[in-house]
Amino acid sequence: MRHTLRETWSGLRRNLAMTIAVIVTVAVSLTLFGAGLMTSSEVNLIKGRWYDKVEISVFLCTEYSSGGRCVQGEGTTDAQRATIEETLKANPEVQEVFYESKQEAFEEFQRVFANSPLLSTRTAEQMQDSFRIKLKNPENYQGVSAEAAGLPGVQQVQDMHQVLDSLFSALGAVQWATIAMSAFLLLAAALQISNTIRLSAFSRRREIGIMRLVGASNLYILLPFLLESLVAGIIGILIASAMLAVGYYVIIVQNAQASITALPWIGWGDVFGAILIMAIVGIALAVVPTLIATRKYVQV
Amino acid sequence: MIKFEDVTKFYPGQQRAALRNINLEIDKGEFVFLVGQSGSGKSTFLRLILREYKPTKGNLYVAGKNLGTLNQWQVPQLRRQIGMVFQDFRLLPGKTVYENVAFALQVIGKPAQHIRRIVPETLELVGLSGKERRLAEELSGGEQQRVAVARAFVNRPKIIIADEPTGNLDPETSVGIMKLLDRINRTETTVIMATHDASIVDQMRRRVLELRDGELVRDQAKGIYGNA
Repeated sequence: MRHTLRETWSGLRRNLAMTIAVIVTVAVSLTLFGAGLMTSSEVNLIKGRWYDKVEISVFLCTEYSSGGRCVQGEGTTDAQRATIEETLKANPEVQEVFYESKQEAFEEFQRVFANSPLLSTRTAEQMQDSFRIKLKNPENYQGVSAEAAGLPGVQQVQDMHQVLDSLFSALGAVQWATIAMSAFLLLAAALQISNTIRLSAFSRRREIGIMRLVGASNLYILLPFLLESLVAGIIGILIASAMLAVGYYVIIVQNAQASITALPWIGWGDVFGAILIMAIVGIALAVVPTLIATRKYVQV
Repeated sequence: MIKFEDVTKFYPGQQRAALRNINLEIDKGEFVFLVGQSGSGKSTFLRLILREYKPTKGNLYVAGKNLGTLNQWQVPQLRRQIGMVFQDFRLLPGKTVYENVAFALQVIGKPAQHIRRIVPETLELVGLSGKERRLAEELSGGEQQRVAVARAFVNRPKIIIADEPTGNLDPETSVGIMKLLDRINRTETTVIMATHDASIVDQMRRRVLELRDGELVRDQAKGIYGNA
């Protein structure tokens, strides 16, 4: 045991520059990997919350509105309004239809922009009446949205999916780019660890030769190398965990959560989950290249 | 102790067998010379006993184990019963005589107390008492080979394999090493020694195995070097 620890320590010290390089690469690649994981759980969280709530909004015409199926200077007539409601309710994809009047819309506007200078820019008359549609299956929105757009008296159909889909595909791209970049860095870290261990094993090749000859067990021969890369790996994991925790606290807890209340944010549980997965990857990252690099020294 | 049953060894990618249909038995406590020209198969013969390679055909038994069916993880156990001495000593530079010998016991997990007792005893046996603190590379060739023999014997193996142990030594020093191997042999330790040194073989008059082109061409009790 004393021999093993001494060999580990001397291996780490002999390759101090390489050891530091390994720690930095491991820390950076794992941080990026962990950040990718956290982004991905944030995206899933937003998707889960929003896809439930997402509705199709069918805005009706006012005297001021134009475009769509509106007649210039005239609002939607009561007859049209009734037809629209019937048609929407008759559609098999539709689960529920709510009516939101101008007044209700204005109250909502007042609530959302309560502390904003925008509050004074609108009056109740400028708001639009609308139908809010809840779908049976949020994925099948195209049919309903196309049908609604064709009805007389409909000014505009606003479909949150179009907005959200492009948002989510952008977030998804960020998330995959992060994970792909971290995969490259993880590969670099793995190669670096394997090189360091190869050097370390080469400088001890005489001892290893004698150990094999006198019947030292493979574990005994391997242990100093495994410990050497594990020490570097664990320091890297600790640095990466600290960076993720600090990053989460500063970016999300202190800033995003306070200023963007409309979105759900991941909590510490998700952060620890990401750190746990990252730590497992980090340990595999240290152990697997070491076993590969020392393979030729332990095969008999 | 060692039994070759129709053992043949081919190296990958080679047409000619390195060893062909070897049949022989070496008993406990025997002293055996292995002679033959370079490339006759002596090294392959020794390496098969160490389980560095497996026989391509046939069975090889060493210390009661069939090496063809021995698991990878059992190989270290086998090697603990075999001591190995080389022509080029293979000591660890920068370590003292004592440390070089103790190393062989430390790495197989022997208790420190046992090591402190057995290492000086073994160094005395090989005639190196008083030189424990010297660095291995400061010693003469003959003394370095004594350290190597001590390292091979310190775990009291059943078999000592010596691959041209006198190849780098002058005749006088060689005699000293042979006396040492002879003394070890008297402790019921089987000794197998590959050599090119005709005068040593002729003086000792022990069993001689001669290999030529991978075949066993002579197995002679109390033999001489001959014209190998």
